[in-house]
Amino acid sequence: MKYLCLLYDDERVWATMSKPEIDAVMGDYFAFTGGIQASGQYVAGEALEPTQAATTVRVRNGKAMTTDGPFAETKEQLGGFYLIEAKDLNEAIAVAAKIPAARTGCVEVRPVVDFSQQP
Amino acid sequence: MTPDADAARQAVDAVYRADSRRVLATLIRLLGDFERAEEALHDAVTAALQQWPVEGVPANPRAWLVSTGRFRAIDAIRRRARQQASLGALADELERQAAAPPDDGVDDPAVDDDRLRLIFTCCHPALPPEARLALTLREVCGLTTEEIARAFLTSPSTVAQRIVRAKAKIRDARIPYQVPAASDLPGRLDTVLHVVYLIFNEGYSATAGDTLTRADLSAEAIRLGRLLVALQPEPESQGLLALMLLHEARRDARTDGAGDLVLLEDQDRGRWHRPAIAEGVALVEQALGSRRVGPYALQAAIAAVHAEAPSSAATDWRQIIGLYDVLLRVEPSPVFALNRAVAVAMADGAAAGLALVDALLAQGALATYHFAHAARADLCRRLGRHDDARVSYQRALTLVKQEPERRFLERRLAALT
Repeated sequence: MKYLCLLYDDERVWATMSKPEIDAVMGDYFAFTGGIQASGQYVAGEALEPTQAATTVRVRNGKAMTTDGPFAETKEQLGGFYLIEAKDLNEAIAVAAKIPAARTGCVEVRPVVDFSQQP
Repeated sequence: MTPDADAARQAVDAVYRADSRRVLATLIRLLGDFERAEEALHDAVTAALQQWPVEGVPANPRAWLVSTGRFRAIDAIRRRARQQASLGALADELERQAAAPPDDGVDDPAVDDDRLRLIFTCCHPALPPEARLALTLREVCGLTTEEIARAFLTSPSTVAQRIVRAKAKIRDARIPYQVPAASDLPGRLDTVLHVVYLIFNEGYSATAGDTLTRADLSAEAIRLGRLLVALQPEPESQGLLALMLLHEARRDARTDGAGDLVLLEDQDRGRWHRPAIAEGVALVEQALGSRRVGPYALQAAIAAVHAEAPSSAATDWRQIIGLYDVLLRVEPSPVFALNRAVAVAMADGAAAGLALVDALLAQGALATYHFAHAARADLCRRLGRHDDARVSYQRALTLVKQEPERRFLERRLAALT
C-alpha cells in the first residue's frame, strides 16, 4: 500500500540557517532517502521551493483565476513529500518518524487510494 | 421445541455470551476486516441456531463458530466477486490461508493474542481518543452503542458515528491487527492502559445511573489488564492491574444491603477480598521495584497502603501523603491534589485539609467536580461549621449524577443540625 508523507516545516527557519546547518540537514535527508531506497520503501520524493514561489489556481464559471501564494497561510508550510510503499500504517508511521522534518515540524501521513480495489 | 432443541439453543446463547468477542477477534484477524468479521459472526450464530438443535452441539463450539464464520465470509466474498472482480483474488487468498493446516485459529494457545491485537488496533494512537474508548467497548467488550452512550453521557448516534469513522480509518489507512513489537510497546501501551482504566472506572464508579458499580465492566477491564501483563510485564501494566484488583477487592464492602454507598472509613474490612489484595500488593511491589514508576503504579501503591491497614485510624496517612507527593510530580492533576488534601485532613486534622481543599477550589479546575464540594462539606462538618457544610453539600448535590451518591449526600445534609 502506498502512503504519501507530506513534510511540513517552518520555511522561515530554513531562510535563517547558515550553509553548514543547511548542509547538515540535507545530509540527514540524503541518508534517509538512501535508507528507504535500499529497503524498497521509496517510490518518489521531492523538495518544494518555498511558498513565495507558489501560485494557486481556481477555475470558476470556466474562468481560471490565479492568486499569489499557497492556498492557505499556515505556521508550517508544505516543503516536500515522499511517496512510500508500506505494508500498513504502523510501517508508514515508522518511516515517517525517520524523516528529518518530523523532528522540527511534522509529517502528515496519507494513505493513497488504490483504484484497483474500488468497486 | 423438544428438550434437545431447547438445550442446543441455550448452548448457543451460552457460547455467544461467553465467547462471541473472542470469536470476533479471531475472525477479524482471519478476515482482515471488522465489517466482514461481524457479518461472519452473525452468520455463524444464525447457522448454529439452525444446526445445533438438529445435529447436536459440536465438541468445540467456539472452534465451530470461527470455522463456520470464516467459510461463510469466503462464500459471501465469492458472491460479491461477480460484481467486483478484485474480490476474487481476496477470496482465493482467504481460502488458501484457511486450507493451511497449522492455523485453525482456535486451539492455538495464543488465541488470546487475537484479543490483544484487537485492543491495540482499537486503541491505536492514529484514532481519536474518544473513538478508541467507544471502539474498545464495542468490539472487545461487546457493549451495545446504547450502553456505551449511557455510560459516557452521550447520544447513541454520536457513539455510532465515532465507531463508524474509526472503522473507516482502520480500513482506509490500513491500521494493522497486531501487537506492537517490543521496542514500540512502551509508547503504544499508554493509550491502551488509559482505555482499560476508563473501562474499569466506569464499572467501579458508574458516572450515572441507579447502581453504584457495574461489575461486568470492571471484570472485563481486569481481564484485559491480565492479558497486558501476560504480554509483557511492563511496570505500568502491572501498576494498572494492581490498582484495579485493589479497588475491586473492596467492591462488596462499598455498598450496604440497600445499595447505598459506604465510605472507606466505615467499610467492614472483613468483607474485603483478601486474595485480590495479595495479588495486587505483589504486583505493586514488582512495579515499584522496576525504578520506572508511573502514575498507575503510584496510585496502586496508595491503594495498597489502604488495603493493608486494619482500620482508617490505623492507616499510614504519612506514607499516603508521601506517595501523593511523588504522584503529583509525575502527573500533576487537581483530582490527585484533592485526594492528597483529604489524606492531610486524616493525618493533620480537618482544618489543615480544608485549607488545601479551599485553595484547590479557588483555582477553579475542580469547581464542577462534585467530590471536591462533598469533601469540603465533610471537613466543614467535622469542624462544626454546619452552615458552610450545608452550602457545600447543596453544591455537590447539584453536580452529582449518580443515585446512590445523591442519597448519601442527602443523608449527610439531613443529619446536619
